[in-house]
Amino acid sequence: MRLPSWLAQHLAALRALLVFTALFGLAYPLAMVAVGRVPGLADNTGGSLVAVDGRAVGSALIGQSFTDADGNPVPRYFQSRPAAAGDGYDPTSTGASNLGPESVVDTIAADPAESTPSLLTRVCARSRAVGRLDGVDGRRPYCTTDGVGAVLAVFRRDGLTGPVTRVVSVNQVAPATPFLHSYQGVPVELARPGEDYVSAGGLVVPVRGDAPAEPAVPADAVTASGSGLDPHISPAYAQIQVARVARERGADPAAVRRLVREHTTGRLLGFLGSPAVNVLELNLALDQRFPVR
Amino acid sequence: MSVSTAGVLFVLSLAVALVAVHRPFGDYLHRVVSGERHSRVERAVYRLVGVDPTAEQSWGVYARSLLAFSAVSVLFLYAFLRLQNHLWLSLGFGPVVAHGAWNTAVSFVTNTNWQWYSGESTMGHLVQMAGLAVQNFVSAAAGIAVAVVLVRGFARRRTGDLGNFWVDLTRITLRVLLPFAVLAAIVLMIGGAVQNLSAGTHVSTLTGGGQTITGGPVASQEAIKDLGTNGGGFYNANSAHPFENPTSWTNWLEIFLLLVIPFSLPRVFGRMVGQVRQGYAVVAVMMVLAVASITLTNAFELAGNGTVPHAVGAALEGKEVRFGVPDSATFAAATTLTSTGSVNSFHDSYTPLGGMMLMVNMMLGEVAPGGVGAGLYGMLVLAVITVFVAGLMVGRTPEYVGKKIGSREVKLASLFFLVTPALVLVGTAAAFATGNNATVLNVSPHALSEVLYAFTSASNNNGSAFAGLAVDTPWWNTALGICMVLGRFLPIVFVLALAGSLARQQPTPASEGTLPTHGPLFVGMVVGVTVVLVALTFLPALALGPLAEGL
Repeated sequence: MRLPSWLAQHLAALRALLVFTALFGLAYPLAMVAVGRVPGLADNTGGSLVAVDGRAVGSALIGQSFTDADGNPVPRYFQSRPAAAGDGYDPTSTGASNLGPESVVDTIAADPAESTPSLLTRVCARSRAVGRLDGVDGRRPYCTTDGVGAVLAVFRRDGLTGPVTRVVSVNQVAPATPFLHSYQGVPVELARPGEDYVSAGGLVVPVRGDAPAEPAVPADAVTASGSGLDPHISPAYAQIQVARVARERGADPAAVRRLVREHTTGRLLGFLGSPAVNVLELNLALDQRFPVR
Repeated sequence: MSVSTAGVLFVLSLAVALVAVHRPFGDYLHRVVSGERHSRVERAVYRLVGVDPTAEQSWGVYARSLLAFSAVSVLFLYAFLRLQNHLWLSLGFGPVVAHGAWNTAVSFVTNTNWQWYSGESTMGHLVQMAGLAVQNFVSAAAGIAVAVVLVRGFARRRTGDLGNFWVDLTRITLRVLLPFAVLAAIVLMIGGAVQNLSAGTHVSTLTGGGQTITGGPVASQEAIKDLGTNGGGFYNANSAHPFENPTSWTNWLEIFLLLVIPFSLPRVFGRMVGQVRQGYAVVAVMMVLAVASITLTNAFELAGNGTVPHAVGAALEGKEVRFGVPDSATFAAATTLTSTGSVNSFHDSYTPLGGMMLMVNMMLGEVAPGGVGAGLYGMLVLAVITVFVAGLMVGRTPEYVGKKIGSREVKLASLFFLVTPALVLVGTAAAFATGNNATVLNVSPHALSEVLYAFTSASNNNGSAFAGLAVDTPWWNTALGICMVLGRFLPIVFVLALAGSLARQQPTPASEGTLPTHGPLFVGMVVGVTVVLVALTFLPALALGPLAEGL
């Protein structure tokens, strides 16, 4: 019996799909799993697990948080970058913040649990926190000294033009002090929770301030990575943490600095990627070399 | 070495490698698609499928075979996703929700690999490797096959025969994609990519917290995801995830993999039409556009404009330390210039103009060099439009590699070109008209960019995203699914029809009045036509989004 051609075509399609599923969907990946079992590859394909005293404590490729149960940094360890994966470095919920370059106005609700900080405020808050923890200057451009984005909503008489009638520091609420006294002669107010000053017609004006152009806290210390699992920090971020870690462990800062250097990878071949310090491996080496008594 | 010097060397090294393999790899592809012999494995496949490998197909039969295969694939994948909880290795995940299964099935069959879900919390290992990754092979091969058919249309004379879909599909997967995927997977494993069937290892971290180190057949999927310009990540973080892209050199390799087939296919065109210089002209157009775009993306990201990048001191939000800013920007440009859509950094946090470049790359129609196959046929359609425009200017009948470009050919080329802009702009407008734009994460004008990016990506079958937009809703999954289907298959049908009408012609010998299509003049004209067409179509939309944000 001859099938109608449209049916024959779909039958051929189904058979083709089943053949290809067997080849590319089963044979190929399972063969690769088998190849991955050979000595030399097995460590990698198993997830580059690292163990202490025979107990796995993580993966050399996956970053982790060095914080206590309350989320505060444990000062004897080098700290990782901020992370957007779950509650931080959660491999079952990877990803980035996805906040854009002009995410500068916080949503401040009456209930603090429902407020969401803008990317700028996150950056400012992190910079301030790192500055305090490591005893360096945490100021940044476009940040207030209390660690939020220095952003004004400027209301003008005719919308976009005309004299300034009202100015609100949108990311600061009471009891803060406005980061500017006045703007073009108009006193700056604090924001009130629940108000949307942008929808109300305020023009968003970020204020640069007088922070140094090259902040002491490096860029990677105040930004979340793409994966949320970044195992590395920049050598600059490691450097500002040396004094604190050495103090906590009663170690010689020069020795700790040497250890950081040993765990720094430069650009491969001089041009691939970016210099990086693997935080977990560095902290493991610290525990071994300078154990906390 | 300064950051920008390292970035320039990174791009140069990629360019050198691509130029070095263009000829040998292109010649290999040419042998694969034009050889007469069938290997024993291939004959076994033809017997199992029940097709006669010597039978030639007309463009209509070829199109119906491709559409039948794609339709069956969508249904199969949909069922697979809905039933994954009854199968092995589901890791305890439930069935994928109906609108999500539709979106994902369409997404992988159309070579888009748009992902509304997080792989690590939605998909079991079996559905990843035997469902999704299979489409990584066959959808890539289907794209290459369509490009080859168009080239046959130029190369053949007075015939309706354009090859056999089943033969092209089998040969391209077995002789090109599989061996190179095996090679790439092994190299990625050496770099540190995981490849196992583990459901995850629970560890207790140094400070006493818990962490689940995930497992999965990642290296095998990563290899074909890049080689086939698919882009669907095993994990939500895609190629930013250290298990998918562990080091700075695997990052280089992944960019190379996603560019190598698209940049080598013009050689196949040159060889098949019997004038290799025509292939060089096409690859030159691709190179000019790609280098310009990669340079601009790098420049915008390194300049780091925007309030937050200024506050930070670098455009580092959403980027990994091991890659740094320039290698992330180059990956982002490469993934949007092709139809890949895998990401090693998160585009939503790019500087306004850097993010705009990624959108523009897709709006170019992904022709520089474009997705596997799709890039070549898109570029050849643009070449057809260019000779037509040039013909209008000098008042002669346009010809391209010996074939007359008459009204039927121009109509098909124009329809081809109009499909994706229509989908992008209508889709974006529909999202705003229905209020579904409310799921954006960022505020205006970046909010418009998120919506525009989503429709640009889906309609051009890219798959990358401004991922702040929450698309896990019935409306978004349905709408973007429709864009992916139409954006893939309408152009394919127009291209196959174009191939059919070209193949029927008797070639006209070149004369005094023929516009040479292999010199720098023509290369410049195609570049100009491409850029002008895109600018005219999308400038208003871009002005409201990234340009408003960045200027």
